Amino acid sequence: MVSTPENKNYKVIGTRPIRHDGYDKVTGRAQYGADIKLPGMLTGAVARSPYAHAKIKSIDTSEAEKMDGVFAVMTAKDLPRLGDVVRGNSEESGSEKHLSENVMAFDKVLYKGHVVAAVAAKDQNTAFEAVKKIKVDYEVLKPVIDVDQAMAKDASILHEDYSGDHLGKKVKNTNIAAHVRHENGDIDNGFEKSDLVVEKEVDMQTVHQGYLEPHSGTAVWDEEDRVKVWTSTQGSFAVRDSVSKVLDLDVSRVKVTPMEIGGGFGGKIPIYLEPISAVLSKKTRRPVKTLMSRTDVFDATGPGPGGKVKVKIGIDSEGKILAAYADIRLEAGAYPEAFIEAAAKCVFSCYDVPSMKIDAYDVVVNKPSSAPYRAPASPQVAFATETVVDEICNIKGYDPIDFRLKNVAEKGTRTALGPKYRTIGLKECLEAAKDSDHWKSNLDSNPKPGKKRGRGIASGYWFNIGFKSSVNLSLNPDGKVALIEGSTDIGGSRASIAMQAAEVLGIPAEDVRPSVVDTDSIGITDVTGGSRTTYATGYAAYNAAHKLIEQIIEKSALKWDINKDQIEYSDGVVKSKADSELKMTLKEIADDPPGGPIVSSASVDLEEAGGGFAVHIADLEIDEETGKTDIVNYTAIQDVGKAIHPSYVEGQMQGGAAQGIGWALNEEYFMSDDGIMLNSSYLDYRMPTSLDLPMINTIMVEVPSEEHPYGVRGVGEPPIVPPVPAIGNAINNALGLRLLSTPMKPSRITEALKRKK
Amino acid sequence: MIKIFLPYKIRENLDVPTEIEAYGSNLRNLIDHIEDMYPGVKEYLVDEGKLRPGMSAVIDGKTTRLGLIHKLDNVAEIHFLPSIAGGSK
Repeated sequence: MVSTPENKNYKVIGTRPIRHDGYDKVTGRAQYGADIKLPGMLTGAVARSPYAHAKIKSIDTSEAEKMDGVFAVMTAKDLPRLGDVVRGNSEESGSEKHLSENVMAFDKVLYKGHVVAAVAAKDQNTAFEAVKKIKVDYEVLKPVIDVDQAMAKDASILHEDYSGDHLGKKVKNTNIAAHVRHENGDIDNGFEKSDLVVEKEVDMQTVHQGYLEPHSGTAVWDEEDRVKVWTSTQGSFAVRDSVSKVLDLDVSRVKVTPMEIGGGFGGKIPIYLEPISAVLSKKTRRPVKTLMSRTDVFDATGPGPGGKVKVKIGIDSEGKILAAYADIRLEAGAYPEAFIEAAAKCVFSCYDVPSMKIDAYDVVVNKPSSAPYRAPASPQVAFATETVVDEICNIKGYDPIDFRLKNVAEKGTRTALGPKYRTIGLKECLEAAKDSDHWKSNLDSNPKPGKKRGRGIASGYWFNIGFKSSVNLSLNPDGKVALIEGSTDIGGSRASIAMQAAEVLGIPAEDVRPSVVDTDSIGITDVTGGSRTTYATGYAAYNAAHKLIEQIIEKSALKWDINKDQIEYSDGVVKSKADSELKMTLKEIADDPPGGPIVSSASVDLEEAGGGFAVHIADLEIDEETGKTDIVNYTAIQDVGKAIHPSYVEGQMQGGAAQGIGWALNEEYFMSDDGIMLNSSYLDYRMPTSLDLPMINTIMVEVPSEEHPYGVRGVGEPPIVPPVPAIGNAINNALGLRLLSTPMKPSRITEALKRKK
Repeated sequence: MIKIFLPYKIRENLDVPTEIEAYGSNLRNLIDHIEDMYPGVKEYLVDEGKLRPGMSAVIDGKTTRLGLIHKLDNVAEIHFLPSIAGGSK
């Protein structure tokens, strides 16, 4: 670990206690979405479109309804038709109309797997048989499955009733849902003065988040029109809001209980099955549980956007960047919003660029509606920028770290969108990379015959959001503290949040017991996403712990009949400042405190935590005959602000790197010309396993965020950004071949080698 | 006076310079002042008494969570930007 600022003497923060939910998870006691069982529960199943693009002419559900054991059948006619109202300003934003249409198609299906109807039956087999009896008459339309097809002049249009926003002008009959532009400085002058200008365009295939647990949705619609939902989600309040919108209910009529979550990476923010189970429950007056198969997940849940990104960078004779341009075209999937603003914010984030221009296009295509995937859109743009930077270094003979340090973004650097950075730690990451054993080691340039080795390096960024979080604390009679939160725990956040409360209270992390509860039991808490949870919910825990101490002091003052100013608290003990004999442990004050139990609560609505940067170094070995690439050494360096629980920070860094390596080398939605995903199983969608990867080395750099009392920055997202360009740059280093499309799979490598010969 | 940077589409459609100056005790007053100078801007920025969905205000590097009631003491610059969007659509 590299520690840049002064290290405070924390007692809990920076330690590695066993996570509070660990035993439940490893013994199988933890309850996931599919585990819920309710009395009289029915099984839901959905009918999905076999076509990527088609009009629904009619749906005949009569045969399904007649089947024994079928309790109800629904179509979109059972859902309210929503207007095109824009919701929110976050990872939960979007159009209400599109939210509803993505749950179940009304008039058109826009991707293979789009839901058109659903049934509730006594068991799964009956439900599946009933689905087969639903007859849908389609008028099949030509699909568009990538940005080139969708942006072509004669393209088949997905949303005839939708107007795209092209630089503020409303445009009909377009698949470009939005075109935004950002400009800073005089880019023409910058390129004109440049000594060298390099331009590259990269092509990223659609990829899936690849979480282990498929989606589920269980619901009860009761006699008072109150809906209870149990689901696997990254945000119970986001589900509550979305379900209430789709069903046109007041939010207070919807209660969402988040089950344990088997991975999400952004993909478990949208809703899919929850409103369907709710409507089926309303029709049957029984609980309904609906589950997805793995193929359903691939076919119909949010992947990370594919797309094309062109980047042009000009430098002067001293190696200083003068100008940069980016043209970003990303697939939104069936409904708008492909994170193009995030892409624009990230594309030149690692550099101090005096003049730049960015054009970004949000393009709808006949694929499942895209969802956030770990630093949404940042890996796509980093592939382009970091490839161009590597090419500049190769042409000019610059050391890739020295070039990055020469142009590094620091506090006060103006970002692509205009605002200046506050304290960030990219420079410290680059210096740590330069000082690392990995970078200082020699690459074995003479491996076995037929193999070539190469090394690549790349940087990446994510901006780390804040938003709303709430925490309640109560001091139990045994002196232990119950912590209630609304943040779904994906990566060990129960521990990292409890540890922040424990640090304030001066007690062991184990003495704070965290629970993630339903939407009726805690204040609004935004999604576990955007790398916000340890930062924002941790901040709420920090504030709640301070309020708890105030309560402890007030109750002690009452008990001792002295002024509270005469009392101090530290490390779980409350004491009189005047009388050293007068003191109580937490257990003693918690046992029948005067005036009622000792409780506290706090909520926050935070601004961004300050950006998180990562630098990755990849060594790989390529078999020239087969094109197979093996990662032989990999190091992830990251500014983590302050590592609350270092093991889980390292886990995030390694997990992000592993996912990025899969994106670089193997993963893709392999599509037929008619828009059907042909590899919708884990046998064919090739994610890396432990056998494919070496140990990912981690170097945590700690440059504290100015916005958090412990300096926390989000850590979950930056590590997926550098792997694709780092590996692309390593392949170029090994073979002298610049691959510009993902995945850089064996067939692409062998084809490129043949072309080179 | 506070330096104000508006999104490209507003600048282009309403012929507003890249950088302008305005004042206000809070964001609401500041937007009213911009509207006085460049009629039409407010409609892009405000909807039903709040910052328009899809629009954010970055005040000296921090995206405000308070919206129009955000007080503007000792503020140097404000960037109005399209908010980062995309998620549960």
